[in-house]
Amino acid sequence: MDCKELHELFSGYLDHELDPVRSLEVEQHLNDCVICSEKLKVQQALSNIVAGTALYHTAPAALEERVRARLRRVDAKAQKSFPIRWQWLAYAASIAFVFLLGWMIGQSRLSLWSDSSLTQELASSHVRSLMPGHLTDVLSTDQHTVKPWFTGKLDFSPPVKDLSAQGFPLIGGRIDYVNHKTVAVLVYKRHQHIINLYLWSSPDAAKKEPGVAMLQGYNMIGWVDSGVIYHAVSDLNGTELREFVSLLEKQE
Amino acid sequence: MEDYGFVPCKRFEMKLFGYGAKEQDLRTPFEKATLPHLDAAYNLARWLVRNEHDAEDLVQEAYLRALKFFGGFHGVNARTWLLAIVRNTCYTWLKENRAHSSMTPFDEELHGSAEQVTNQELQLLQNANAAQVKEALEKLPMEFREVIVLREMEGFSYKEIAQMANMPMGTVMSRLARARKCLQELLSHRFTKKEV
Repeated sequence: MDCKELHELFSGYLDHELDPVRSLEVEQHLNDCVICSEKLKVQQALSNIVAGTALYHTAPAALEERVRARLRRVDAKAQKSFPIRWQWLAYAASIAFVFLLGWMIGQSRLSLWSDSSLTQELASSHVRSLMPGHLTDVLSTDQHTVKPWFTGKLDFSPPVKDLSAQGFPLIGGRIDYVNHKTVAVLVYKRHQHIINLYLWSSPDAAKKEPGVAMLQGYNMIGWVDSGVIYHAVSDLNGTELREFVSLLEKQE
Repeated sequence: MEDYGFVPCKRFEMKLFGYGAKEQDLRTPFEKATLPHLDAAYNLARWLVRNEHDAEDLVQEAYLRALKFFGGFHGVNARTWLLAIVRNTCYTWLKENRAHSSMTPFDEELHGSAEQVTNQELQLLQNANAAQVKEALEKLPMEFREVIVLREMEGFSYKEIAQMANMPMGTVMSRLARARKCLQELLSHRFTKKEV
């Protein structure tokens, strides 16, 4: 190794970045060459000065605070642009929820039903009845056929009325299971709309005027009369269903 | 304890429970990772642009840039990562603001000519003081200044410098050799001039 070669490796040797073999070669040369070892000493001294505190620019005391302030400003901006929109959404949602709650309470006051599980059950039963083969057990437009059919199947004799003259023809009846009891269902029709009229006896029940409810798009009207609890369920509009109910009441 | 799938904001939690008195606890993860290296960031910027005011501005800008990219930082060494950003910020700024003085094409051969230093010069060099070295370092071409600052002042390894400056390790070694040589020449030139 000559001095020129060493020049290339000088820095690497000083910084301990040479592999052991090269490092050893440099050391051997330094032992032999006075000039190079002298140069190494000078460079070492220079490096020490450069690495010393005199040449190091420490950050001004105020810089950290300034940097932090700017970072915070960016943070705040980022937080403003998103969460605020979410906040408004949350406000809107809670207002909507309160309104919905109020509407539901209002609805339940109007109706007889204190029990929302009953409306759910009636709606489900109504939907099930519309599936093929579920609507009627006894298929007859004659009230005198339908009424006797219930005998022996129920603990009461349901009043069966014919409203075909008023546009609500009776098409049949069936036994169903609602509200933990076996109930009578009379099936009426209005144009293409099916009306399921659920009846069960409750001798102690006080008379109640019709109340309305709506669930899953089905209108329901419930009332109590002469110890019988009635629930009419249909996809028919509310006005016509009320007409149907008032016709039934009139006939009694 | 039930998991509600909800992670409460640390800062809020601390305020809520009255732990907010300690300033350090309120540092964001980004600040915890980068603020300890503020001196290194400033020192590099200050040596690259050679001006206090610009260095301060550039450090602030670099921190904002770093914050933007912090999501993509998964490394272990925040100092290397941060200084690479400081370096880039300074280079961009220099390109835009000092087009004439600094952007003359850098020729390593030209600056690093292996002229032999005489014995007399060596003697003089050994007596150089900090102010003289500082002055000489400021006169070095930026590419030389940079490697000397990163190696001698910050103690980065060749590998780290190579990653930061995006160049091969061999280039780091040869550039440092030339930078040191150049520094010596500048110093000895100054001495011989004065002595003559």
